[in-house]
Amino acid sequence: MKTRLERREHLSGLLFVAPLIVVLILVAGWPLARTLYFSLTDAYLDDSANHVLVGFDNFVEVAGDPVWWRAVRNTAIFTAISVAIETVLGLAIALLVHGAIPGRGLVRAAILVPWAMPVVVSTKIWEWMLNDQFGVVNRAIVGLGLADHGVAWVANGSLLLGVVIFIDVWMTTPFMVLLILAGLQILPEEIFEAAEVDGIPWWKRLWSITLPLLAPTIGVAVLFRVLDALRMFDLAYVLAGANVNAMTMSIYARDRLINNQELGIGSAASTMVFLLIAFVAIFIVGALRLDRSGATER
Amino acid sequence: MASVALRSVSKSFGHVPVITDVNLEIADGELVVFVGPSGCGKSTLLRLIAGLVPVGVGDVVIDDEVVTDIPASKRGIAFVFQSYALYPHMTIARNIGFALETLGLSRQEIDAKVAEVAATLKIDHLLSRRPRELSGGQRQRVAIGRALVRQPEVFLFDEPLSNLDSDLRMEMRMEIAKLHANLAATMIYVTHDQVEAMTLADRIVVLNKGCIEQIGTPQQLYHAPQNRFVAGFIGSPRMNFMSVSANSSGAECRVQGPGNLSLDVTLSGPGSPAEIGIRPEALSITTQGQGKVTGTLERLEDLGHEHLAYVRIAPDVAWSVRLPNALGKISTGTSVGLDWRLEDLFLFGKDGRRLDHSLSHERSAAANGGRV
Repeated sequence: MKTRLERREHLSGLLFVAPLIVVLILVAGWPLARTLYFSLTDAYLDDSANHVLVGFDNFVEVAGDPVWWRAVRNTAIFTAISVAIETVLGLAIALLVHGAIPGRGLVRAAILVPWAMPVVVSTKIWEWMLNDQFGVVNRAIVGLGLADHGVAWVANGSLLLGVVIFIDVWMTTPFMVLLILAGLQILPEEIFEAAEVDGIPWWKRLWSITLPLLAPTIGVAVLFRVLDALRMFDLAYVLAGANVNAMTMSIYARDRLINNQELGIGSAASTMVFLLIAFVAIFIVGALRLDRSGATER
Repeated sequence: MASVALRSVSKSFGHVPVITDVNLEIADGELVVFVGPSGCGKSTLLRLIAGLVPVGVGDVVIDDEVVTDIPASKRGIAFVFQSYALYPHMTIARNIGFALETLGLSRQEIDAKVAEVAATLKIDHLLSRRPRELSGGQRQRVAIGRALVRQPEVFLFDEPLSNLDSDLRMEMRMEIAKLHANLAATMIYVTHDQVEAMTLADRIVVLNKGCIEQIGTPQQLYHAPQNRFVAGFIGSPRMNFMSVSANSSGAECRVQGPGNLSLDVTLSGPGSPAEIGIRPEALSITTQGQGKVTGTLERLEDLGHEHLAYVRIAPDVAWSVRLPNALGKISTGTSVGLDWRLEDLFLFGKDGRRLDHSLSHERSAAANGGRV
């Protein structure tokens, strides 16, 4: 039995979240529902009112398209490699900056610059630097005698995904550094002093104390980055357009939707991207037990 | 086992001096307590000895070896933190044995040592738990166990009991005293709790603003404080003070102050008293007109085992009186007299140094043995 006070608190709680729920339904629920609906139709973008329900035909078509699977593969490779590198690099830099090195305030500010730049801008900068004829990177390589002629970084299809990963690492490692640094700074200092007095060598301190205590933070950071990477669009699109060598799932969906005007198939692809990301998110959250860590770890 | 010495040690954080020219010799097997108000540098001094904070100027010597530039792990010390600083993700057994893992001992040897230490501290039933499942007192035992297992030459305790409630604090205090008696190890113990200091210490070091005010046995500090700071810091409730004026002719001196105070004392050294001090337990309440000063009884507190009375002597002077028995029929607001034996009187010069008078030798005698 609920008391009247409990019911009243319950009601006022609902009242407080109501505006948020309305906004969420408007900006997320409605578009999502529309996309789901269109994914079951044969609609075209230029005349979306004129359509019939076709069941799961669109999903079957996308699943049968080798270009879709290429995009899935690209996205998976991109996500796995870039997040792995960003995590290791982010951890290393965070540990370095966390230590009392001279001028670390400046270093911290400088590290944030790539993260603060718009993706399009940094991608264009790198595209120019990696230009096969006029790029400063090739100039340096040839100038140092490392190669006779420049490398076609962006034009070469087999290198393209590597370049995308490289630029993403350059751009988003600061984000990792920042998150991990925040995690490092809330670890109690006395634990490390205790280890210092106990004569624990630095590698054992890192492996047996820092990393286990930092695991929840790293987990959250990886979760953020994986979800972000799985829906990556801007970087690859600015660099390579719909080039199949660097096509991500999001670019595939956009390609079908805008270029081919296939609203139904584009929606089906978008829905698949959404479901895939949702599954990965649920899996990671489950693996990290993020939802319960508050209750069991503290 | 080892002795510890500090030679002209100074330390600043930025431009803020924290420790100023500290010299200290601690004998092998001695238990020395650092006390002082918060911010006096006592914890910093302990960290300097541990090697957790680098020394600015001067030398730290452990077992006749200068260790100023030797890392904490090689100084043969163990440090017990106020926050316990247990590794939260490790079991109690691993917490205690963690330091041994890098010494190349076998699993069995480590387990044996951990079990032995755990048995000593009566925490053997907790070994498979994690720190968060333990109470504060149990965590403190684990922290001490972690220090014990390494068999250090010197134990350093940084306010180890201040996070415990008063019952546990008393229990752990006895525990540490017992430990010191059994191990005969050198221990340095930082606290702001003077009961801990008085009961545990072989010698107490009183610190104030980064300087040593006095080093001595608990009895010396209580009965023969060298200055006003030590006199006011040791003892609870604290010593009563009053500014006075003095007319001296030679060693004879007439001291006058609020509450109709007029005393004749014979100084046994140079200097002129600017302040007098009397401990609350040395005062007795008499009827008005008798006693050495008069004041108004402001408040009475019945603590069960003792009674505290507050007597206002002047607008800015209120003295506390500690009485073993209830005061009887005197009600608050009445005028009373305060009396004391002349040998219980402390005199302080303008610079805060204590001045000897003809009867203070009796106190010195008390400090170096039983009360006369």
